[in-house]
Amino acid sequence: MSNSASTLFDKVWDAHVVRKIEDGPDVFLIDRHFIHEVTSPVAFLGLETRGISVLYPERTFATADHNTPTINQHLPVEDPLSANQLKALETNTAKYGISHWGLGDPKNGIVHVVGPENGITLPGMTIVCGDSHTSTHGAFGAIAFGIGTSEVEMVLSSQCIMQPKPKKMRITINGALGKGVTPKDVALFIISQITASGATGYFVEYAGEVFENMSMEGRMTVCNLSIEMGARGGMIAPDQTTFNYLEGRELAPKGEAWENALAYWKTLKTDEGATFDYELTYDASQIEPQITYGTNPGLGTGITQKIPTASAVKDGEASYKKSLNYMGFAENEEIIGKQVDYVFLGSCTNGRIEDFRAFASIVKGRKKADNITAWLVPGSHIVEAQIKEEGILDILTEAGFLLRQPGCSACLAMNDDKIPAGKYAVSTSNRNFEGRQGPGSRTLLASPLVAAAAAVTGVVTDPRELL
Amino acid sequence: MLKAQSQSEMAYDKFQILTSTAIPLPLENVDTDQIIPARFLKATKREGFGDNLFRDWRYNGDDSLKQDFVLNNPTYSGKILVGGRNFGSGSSREHAAWAIYDYGFRCVVSSFFADIFKGNALNIGILPVQVSPEFLDKIFQAIEADPKAELVVDLPAQTISIAATGESESFAINGYKKHNMLNGFDDIDYLQAMKEEIKTFAEKSLY
Ligand code: SF4
Repeated sequence: MSNSASTLFDKVWDAHVVRKIEDGPDVFLIDRHFIHEVTSPVAFLGLETRGISVLYPERTFATADHNTPTINQHLPVEDPLSANQLKALETNTAKYGISHWGLGDPKNGIVHVVGPENGITLPGMTIVCGDSHTSTHGAFGAIAFGIGTSEVEMVLSSQCIMQPKPKKMRITINGALGKGVTPKDVALFIISQITASGATGYFVEYAGEVFENMSMEGRMTVCNLSIEMGARGGMIAPDQTTFNYLEGRELAPKGEAWENALAYWKTLKTDEGATFDYELTYDASQIEPQITYGTNPGLGTGITQKIPTASAVKDGEASYKKSLNYMGFAENEEIIGKQVDYVFLGSCTNGRIEDFRAFASIVKGRKKADNITAWLVPGSHIVEAQIKEEGILDILTEAGFLLRQPGCSACLAMNDDKIPAGKYAVSTSNRNFEGRQGPGSRTLLASPLVAAAAAVTGVVTDPRELL
Repeated sequence: MLKAQSQSEMAYDKFQILTSTAIPLPLENVDTDQIIPARFLKATKREGFGDNLFRDWRYNGDDSLKQDFVLNNPTYSGKILVGGRNFGSGSSREHAAWAIYDYGFRCVVSSFFADIFKGNALNIGILPVQVSPEFLDKIFQAIEADPKAELVVDLPAQTISIAATGESESFAINGYKKHNMLNGFDDIDYLQAMKEEIKTFAEKSLY
């Protein structure tokens, strides 16, 4: 190892350390800050209580997404508490001069979808948001992670947070993915291998052919799910795929600034010989379409497998039994053929155009199963427009599906999109925790292809049979 | 460098030595959606989250108490919550830490914490104490044997002990955070005090 060899993560991190505190965290500069209606009001209240202001309002971007309805967005929001939070975001951003894409704005959508698609997210940046799936933006070679509301207040008031530097992990996957195996499956596979806490304390770099050959949408899905293995975030070195995606986006650099940025971005990769605290390697051929059966994202397996016995999983026996009991499942059962009541396509994990294309590829020429209630929720208005433009809406409509309006929706079920108690949902979102999608709801996490297969057959089905 | 901090008032109660009984929750992967479900995140103020702490484990759908949940069992009480490994996984919602604090806890003990939860807890004045899996078992056993068993969390000495047996283990916390907890200071004051340094740095940064 040469002394000067450093990782992508080190390069970006070290460039943002304002001050190192001895026996303490780094004072860490944040380039871009995203806020939404749920985790920001108390931070703004804190500014007022302390009598301090926003240091760089132009570096913060606000969108309304967590609480918003996904039908009739032109009407006033019915829930008074949700309406109050949306109003607070509007008032707070106006007061401090922060750009705000509220309900009805053509740029509105899920924070981790709209950031990249408008060119706010760029390689080499540090990005935070009061939402743990901020890790999504790591797909561009940025250091991006979720923060708490106290930290939102720190970023607003000083553009910095206090952050100890995490350890570094690299996950390398070479080879080619099989038919019907998507980026979501890659991520669920890794989490099932290392558990929901396997990367706690680490920041992950994804490397190898599988990620090099992946689209930006796919890379966002993978980095998004880094938090579900406990990692603070994940990142992928920027390359031509990244540059092609960014060029021409509204807020991305233009002209000479673009050329300068590009020259810098090309240096953002892990040097030969740089070392990590932990390395993991898998082969793409090990991965089949995945599905979860338990109440944390680590409790998942290949769709053709059986539900493991308690002794075969790394969670403690009490937690595992509680988990299966909640789901109404038993050890050793087949997952294929299980009852499904709801299908949710959406969220910052799988609410992008590529996910709707994948879903449509299976439902095309087929019909929605009668027992299924399907919620198809685009990640943003831009995605929604693309769905219409590409003719995907026609395919969905012919198959008996409705398209809803953008927002987080059933991912966290803060609005009316709640899966009823006891019902089973195959969801393309990111968390299968007890009650995550509504009190008593039972979630099976999977890819858009698996979701589509369930939506047309009414039960858990291997999507490869329908491709 | 800690002197640079200008402290007008305390952000939360000082933490020195806490001697208290504890409430056991021997489950792994207790996630922040259980600690405070999303539907209770609609407030624009920070108070009152304790009422909905562990809402769906504590209450039935009709708001009656679930008798088998530990918070509803009068045998157990105290300012210390003892959880299984990977406590606080999932969402970054600081509301989870607020709910725990608002309910009356000042310390959470586990053999392993999720990163964001740990940071949030420290930022609002809850001390996360990470112990070995063996010591965690001992704590659970001590509480099971005697629900009135007291734990002593000594922040200056960085130790946690079981009062009855005297068994003790030390825990880690960085010097900066320890100083903050001992004095009830927070990071925002620290950052405000170095604003000029930040501006100089930020204004020559690329983005
Ligand atoms: S879709 Fe879900 S995970 Fe993504 S930002 Fe919204 S609530 Fe968070």
